[in-house]
Amino acid sequence: MWELIRTNKRNSILLMTIMASVLLALGGIIGLYVVGPEGVPFGLAIALAIWLILTLVSFSAGDQILLSASRAKLITHDIHPQLFNVVEEMKIAAGLPMPKIYLIDDPAPNAFATGRKPENASIAVTAGLLEKLNRDELQGVIAHEMSHILHRDILFVTLAGIMLGSIVILSQVFLRGMFYSSMGGRRRRVSSSGRGSGQAQLVIALIAILAAILAPIMAHILYFAISRKREYLADAAAARLTRYPEGLASALEKISGSAEKMDSPDKVTAPMYIVNPLQSTKRKLSGLGSTHPPTSQRIKVLRNMAGGSYNDYAQSYSRVTGSRERVLPAAALHDKQPVPKRQGQAEPAPAKSQKDQIHRISDLVRMANGFAFLACVCGLKMKIPPNYRKESLTCPRCKRPHNIAKEAQKNTAK
Amino acid sequence: MLPTVIIIIIVVAILILIIAAYNSLIRLRNQVDNAWSQIDVQLKRRHDLIPNLVETAKGFMKHERGTFEAITEARSKAMGARSVSEHSQAEGQLSEALSKFMLVVENYPDLKANQNFLAVQEELTSTENKIAFSRQNYNDQVLLFNNKIQMFPSNLIANMFNFSKRDFFEIETPAERQAPKVSFDS
Repeated sequence: MWELIRTNKRNSILLMTIMASVLLALGGIIGLYVVGPEGVPFGLAIALAIWLILTLVSFSAGDQILLSASRAKLITHDIHPQLFNVVEEMKIAAGLPMPKIYLIDDPAPNAFATGRKPENASIAVTAGLLEKLNRDELQGVIAHEMSHILHRDILFVTLAGIMLGSIVILSQVFLRGMFYSSMGGRRRRVSSSGRGSGQAQLVIALIAILAAILAPIMAHILYFAISRKREYLADAAAARLTRYPEGLASALEKISGSAEKMDSPDKVTAPMYIVNPLQSTKRKLSGLGSTHPPTSQRIKVLRNMAGGSYNDYAQSYSRVTGSRERVLPAAALHDKQPVPKRQGQAEPAPAKSQKDQIHRISDLVRMANGFAFLACVCGLKMKIPPNYRKESLTCPRCKRPHNIAKEAQKNTAK
Repeated sequence: MLPTVIIIIIVVAILILIIAAYNSLIRLRNQVDNAWSQIDVQLKRRHDLIPNLVETAKGFMKHERGTFEAITEARSKAMGARSVSEHSQAEGQLSEALSKFMLVVENYPDLKANQNFLAVQEELTSTENKIAFSRQNYNDQVLLFNNKIQMFPSNLIANMFNFSKRDFFEIETPAERQAPKVSFDS
């Protein structure tokens, strides 16, 4: 396992170095174009400054920003015991500290993990995920997220995201600047030399524009290529942790097949989710521009596994795709003994009506937001918001008095 | 002058390597120990849960005296076991009794719909899983530790400081220290 994490770290460093050189080269070229040869260090400095500011911000509060951007609420054991238990099980299986658990107020099923290191990691799941998946499927999803934490993917996504962000910002500022300055008449430096220098100027301009257009695309392709590999690795690790690949497979099926779409997906958080919320499920192939492998293929690979080990996953992958490509890093393939699969244990959940599901999702979100739940003898269920200050209230239907503090406590004790 | 500097550098480098190898051995051994204690924690948790389970289910299953007795008996046996073989046998019996109980529950739809029972059942399922996963994790950690001890060059340091191989955890559950008395009125 440590070899695996080390390989992952090495890959991360390699990717970061390439991205950093792209960023610096971009800065240099822009400096060269705007000011001239003496502007190169200036361009480098600006590129570095953007990167530094973004790094500082995201390292001090990156996960908090992401979590609050996706409207996630920290929850405790009482609000959803099963989720808590499943996370605890996977934390034990992976030998990690307990992550913080967040609930996202969204009926579409999805989940992600974030943080810098395992000690301060968080896992966020949507209310829809909890409502739609059974225990085994939930376990598969949590195991997948736990693997991202275990492999330090969360740090990688943060760092690579920062690099990508810096490159995009720099090239956008430059291209827009070019656009506006060309609209408002050329603000050309007076060149004292003849035609040769003017041609050189033109060439530099062309290179700069090309670089500004191509750099973000290249960085994206690079980032996505590694991100896809990591999704496969996390799937393989989830199968090994749970010894039950079918759980994750059927969870992926439900997530990608669900009719709801996430309310607030954006390009920044999209690559972090277990199934990319921005991609349409209809697409067969994953192009260079997708962060996740096609979900249908991930499901097929999981279902074709003969056992629960990384080797089984790699073999299944080459059977399903017919390619010789190495999907997992060599360091992962160290299991010598076969790892047997186990049986599923979740009972088929009773079919729930759509309306019932929506009810339960909103109740869950209310609970996470600190609502008190009181059941009156007359059968009415009252949901009291946390900003209701009075100590008691009367039932609106039968006018019985209720003491909020006392009865709410009894509810949670149960 | 130069040779002494070179010798000093070599000695320092070897020292650093030894310290690094020693530290990683210690880290792995601590992980093995930690994984081991996790198993204990979960076994104990199972013992604590059983009174709760029996209490919740009793009212619904008046005609299943035998099943309850089997569970309580296996539990007290597991709690009172002294030797390792006794432990593994008792824990195995307890697992068996519990799975039999879960089969019987299928005949009682009222019980299966009861909120309290569902809560206890979830805790019990989770504890059984945690026992299995902590075993799995323990075996993973032991594999890493044993590999490190046997492989060159860390095996030299392991021999120097008397690190010894650990055994894998086989299907039976041997050790379980002491489970506390649980009150039945919850």
